Amino acid sequence: MDGDGDGQSRWCLSQVKGAVDDDVAEADIISAVEFNHSGELLATGDRGGRIVIFQQEQESKNLPQCHAEYNVYSTFQSHEPEFDYLKSLEIEEKINKIRWLPQKNAAHFLLSTNDKTIKLWKISERDKRPEGYNLKEEDGRYRHPSSLTTLRVPVFQPMDLMVEASPRRVYANAHTYHINSISVNSDNETYLSADDLRINLWHLDFTDRSFNIVDIKPANMEELTEVITASEFHPLQCNTFVYGSSKGSVRLCDMRASALCDQHSKLFEEPEDPSTRSFFSEIISSISDVKFSHSGRYMMTRDYLTLKIWDLHMESRPVEIYQVHGYLRSKLCSLYENDCIFDKFECCWRGDDSEVMTGSYNNFFRMFDRDAQRDATLEATWENGSPGCPLKTWRVSAGSRRKRNEIGVDCLDFSRKILYTSWHPQDNIVALATVNNLYIFQEKLN
Amino acid sequence: MFSKGTKRKFSDGGEEISDEGLVGARVASSYSLQRQSLLDMSLIKLQLCHMLVEPNLCRSVLIANTVRQIQEEMTHDGSWHMVTEAFCGAGQSPSERLVATEVLCRSREQDAEPKLFSVISYEGCREEEVVADETLCSVSVSDTVSNVCLAGRIGQCWEKNELSGVERDEEALEDSRLGSGEDEEVDTEDEASTEGPKTIGQVFGTFEIKNGSPGPDSALEELFSDVDTSYYDLDTMLTGMQSAPKMGPYDLLDSLGPSHGSPSIVSTPNCRSDLNELDHIMEIIVGS
Repeated sequence: MDGDGDGQSRWCLSQVKGAVDDDVAEADIISAVEFNHSGELLATGDRGGRIVIFQQEQESKNLPQCHAEYNVYSTFQSHEPEFDYLKSLEIEEKINKIRWLPQKNAAHFLLSTNDKTIKLWKISERDKRPEGYNLKEEDGRYRHPSSLTTLRVPVFQPMDLMVEASPRRVYANAHTYHINSISVNSDNETYLSADDLRINLWHLDFTDRSFNIVDIKPANMEELTEVITASEFHPLQCNTFVYGSSKGSVRLCDMRASALCDQHSKLFEEPEDPSTRSFFSEIISSISDVKFSHSGRYMMTRDYLTLKIWDLHMESRPVEIYQVHGYLRSKLCSLYENDCIFDKFECCWRGDDSEVMTGSYNNFFRMFDRDAQRDATLEATWENGSPGCPLKTWRVSAGSRRKRNEIGVDCLDFSRKILYTSWHPQDNIVALATVNNLYIFQEKLN
Repeated sequence: MFSKGTKRKFSDGGEEISDEGLVGARVASSYSLQRQSLLDMSLIKLQLCHMLVEPNLCRSVLIANTVRQIQEEMTHDGSWHMVTEAFCGAGQSPSERLVATEVLCRSREQDAEPKLFSVISYEGCREEEVVADETLCSVSVSDTVSNVCLAGRIGQCWEKNELSGVERDEEALEDSRLGSGEDEEVDTEDEASTEGPKTIGQVFGTFEIKNGSPGPDSALEELFSDVDTSYYDLDTMLTGMQSAPKMGPYDLLDSLGPSHGSPSIVSTPNCRSDLNELDHIMEIIVGS
């Protein structure tokens, strides 16, 4: 089902960030995208360990047809490459996840993580500086004492806005395996970090200790068959969190039950359909992302081919299943061969939980309207489409036909994939990352 | 290097298969060939992922599980079916054959937990003196005896033929693996390693730096030569002889040094094609 009858969607391209040439440096590949809680700031992380924060301009909010643009607000190096001498392993500086803290004062705080270390960054503005010191000149040189004849009180004078990012905390050495998730608790004091086998609970103020709350490492590593793939705190209940596994199950845990939450409170798992069973069944069932709805009533999971919406009160099966790119089911062997079957796609909810979206291949992304039960396939491209022009929806057909807005599954470009997406918390603005570009789409307002 | 056998084909091995069965056999053959190539691909992926700077544990686990599934199915469906066909033709009933292996199953008790058909390394093709037995025993615990003993035997065939090459290479590339950094884990896994099985635990990151392992090239060659070899060489099945496994674990043992295996095994010559399978297994048992 397509969005509108005429193949046009409500969405239009707003901005594209990043270089538009084909030659992409590895370090520039975007690996994380996240709006903050107000939507005013949009952070991206890349494989080079850098974070770029965009800010929505205030002035053009007066224009009725579109939301304001996002421009670069701050750029800083969050993580550096490291070398673990003990294991002779490089630790990549690639940013795996960014999570914003709710804003408490003028400064903004975010958590960013690579495979091993989480950092708390404070982003603050400085737009005034003191001038009129008695002992120093404006350029910092000390004045000659004999030239001092009067005393004056320094005053704050406006200056060009300077945005500073400073690391306030470094939470290190708590993870043996690669960190795949971080999630800030609703209590705004704690957060969790999850790696392949363990989940740790931190207090934001303390970097020298964390509490292990989930440990699925078997006593004998030879028996390892399942790893943790994603984890998130409940948006409202500070004692509840979920984690997804590589076997397609999601476990909900209550931290009040015990200190070590190895026993789940709820297990969300859909029984396997024996008619579709293949050697790839387990791989494609692996949960790549799990996100609570804003209401806290539902939870969405992304596996390789589908999006599933779960009611937290019903563990036996999801309440809604959306096929993201079911046409790939017959191509699983090739996708296994080229490793695409291991791609981990993120998903996100619209602010009012009425729609969900996720990425796909060929720079397609999928929007699902839960209320209207309609879905649309849109393409993130800066070609043939000017900003403000509504996107056309696409269809994917079997074989290799190519018509207008229809493409055969054999023509899909699997190197162009949209893994990272984020939806503005209030407005209908979505940000998503292709390999090295950040795309911002807005819904037409009129 | 052991002699390369011909890849088993349904049509080749069975003059006694009827014509009607041939069509079905060809369908099954293409499925099993596909399955075979999937297995090969998976093993190569596991191999390669150890060469990466930062192996992805999730990916490794998923690939390993896939390999295990394939092996289970091949054992219980494909090979099992093939073997029964062969035996029917050869006049030796499956049950007779099973008895022989069952005896082997019982001959050695291990602390092996009832692991279901562990493919990659779980029983450790590197586990010197008990390669055959542990596999057989552990499998027999978990399943019906008749099915499983033979399956175990085939599994042993798997492990020795192919996975041993993989295993050894995994070990050789230990330092590129995702390791466990904590001291306590280092201790426990060092312990485990001295007990014997260098297994997929290595894949998933034990903290061990291997000494004296040969360069990755020779390991790769060995792996790829394994890939080309017939895994279910029907002829060898019929004659009760394993042509393939002769190389794997023993090369491995040779390369790993003195911490593994009894001298008799370490000094085993490369080519075992002349050795009867049963004798070979018994020698392992006795040798320990």
